[in-house]
Amino acid sequence: MSNQIPIAEGLFSWPAAKPALLASRCKRCGIAAFPVASTCMACSGQDVEIEKLPSRGTLWTWTIQQFMPKTPYKSNETPESFIPYGVGYLELPGGVRVEGRLTENDPHKLQIGMEMDVVFEPYRTEDNGDEVINFFFRPVRSPQ
Amino acid sequence: MDVAIVGIGIHPFGRTPARSGLQQGAHAARLALQDAGVEWGDMQFAFGGSASAGSADALVNELGLTGIPFINVANGCATGGSSLIAAYNAIKSGQYDVGMVAGFDKHDRGAFNADPKELGIGDWYGEVGLMMTTQFFAMKIQKYMHDYAISHNTLAKVSEKAFINGSKNPNAWRTKPISVDEIIDSTMVSNPLTKFMFCSPAEGGVALILCRADHAKRYTDAPVYLKGATMKSRRFGSFEVFAPSQALQQVDGPTVDASNAAFEMAGVGPRDIDVMQLQDTEVGAEIMHMAENGFCEDGEQEALIQQGATHIGGSMPVNTDGGCLANGEPIGASGLRQVYENVLQLRGQAGDHQVPGDPTLAYTHVYGAPGISAITILQR
Ligand SMILES: [Zn+2]
Repeated sequence: MSNQIPIAEGLFSWPAAKPALLASRCKRCGIAAFPVASTCMACSGQDVEIEKLPSRGTLWTWTIQQFMPKTPYKSNETPESFIPYGVGYLELPGGVRVEGRLTENDPHKLQIGMEMDVVFEPYRTEDNGDEVINFFFRPVRSPQ
Repeated sequence: MDVAIVGIGIHPFGRTPARSGLQQGAHAARLALQDAGVEWGDMQFAFGGSASAGSADALVNELGLTGIPFINVANGCATGGSSLIAAYNAIKSGQYDVGMVAGFDKHDRGAFNADPKELGIGDWYGEVGLMMTTQFFAMKIQKYMHDYAISHNTLAKVSEKAFINGSKNPNAWRTKPISVDEIIDSTMVSNPLTKFMFCSPAEGGVALILCRADHAKRYTDAPVYLKGATMKSRRFGSFEVFAPSQALQQVDGPTVDASNAAFEMAGVGPRDIDVMQLQDTEVGAEIMHMAENGFCEDGEQEALIQQGATHIGGSMPVNTDGGCLANGEPIGASGLRQVYENVLQLRGQAGDHQVPGDPTLAYTHVYGAPGISAITILQR
């Protein structure tokens, strides 16, 4: 049986029935940050609390990574099996704009302003069989 | 006390397998000394930088052991600008009368390989494939094209102009003009940017001799004065490279901040500038930097570029030596290349890439990771 582990501790709640990205919010100025940081970059305050970010937002901007990045890129792909992937910033209302990989890599199916959900899916498999879970942004529906 | 540039030297950019980065720096340094009619032993101080070609202060091993205080500067793409600011202050303070600023580099082929840990970002960021400067530039221009109606054709026209200017510059790397169609049809790197819309890591060296302005005529008949030199890092809320997240409330980036400070320092405005060298890591950067540096309003670039305004004979010539797109980007030398080009322009020595009309004020701008910018304003 394969074990599912998050790609990094503290990035999102895991394991959880409804996993969510985790942010820190500054108690002094109210600004949220992702990933969780102990110092607020807006006001240098150090009193922060951790909260779950919304699971739906709008695509602020995007691109498609067309070639396989060099190290530190770490997937199970080879240059031959590499599949171009989408990258974008998702604007999460009341929170922050989070950068992440998109589940869609067709430029004709991506539009600034479209709605997307944050989803948690296997990204790669380690040598010991562990499945590494990462967060992705998935279109709620295809644009017209 | 003003500060003058009285000597300039360059090693051609591109690929020079027979010479190390340090040797390319030394080549530029010797030409700069010769241009000012001085010897290495006359230099009272030096500031210099190299990102991938060893320590800049190793130049003393090439030029001679004179006891000179040679201080290494490491500030990414702003290395040259930061060296200039340091030299400016060293002379302005009265500590020194004359000295050198040098920058050189030699990078491997392909995109720069960034390590998240060096920037305080988790390993996951690189593992999932987000540690790519190319993605940032693509996403920034993608948003800008959406907001301000910039066309793909205009993106390609920026590259086309860069390669035309490169073909007129004997020190450039890429010296063959490439058509708009060929640029648009080249391999897609990161949508909307294709291969010929990006600059590449390269090699090269530049050196400058600076002195107190009242001594300038001892060295040259055509001194160029450093009227403004500023460097800024990002404030909270600006959209920058290598950012796992960004604030909902956006503020101006370091380019806008450094530009405003430079104009204030020089006591001039964007309309006074006759020729400008703007960071063109890729075509979108050049387009957006035109507005961020105050030379036009957001969105005006579409008409300006289509009309040819940014060409050498246009109303606002940008990157007259071919910029990073035609010269490649040796990080330690890139910002100083812009200054070298502007000194040529202000002296009227730029040959085939000389802008007409005897320019008197020239502007340089660099931008780099993780959100820094440096500006200079030169006057003859
Ligand atoms: Zn705060």
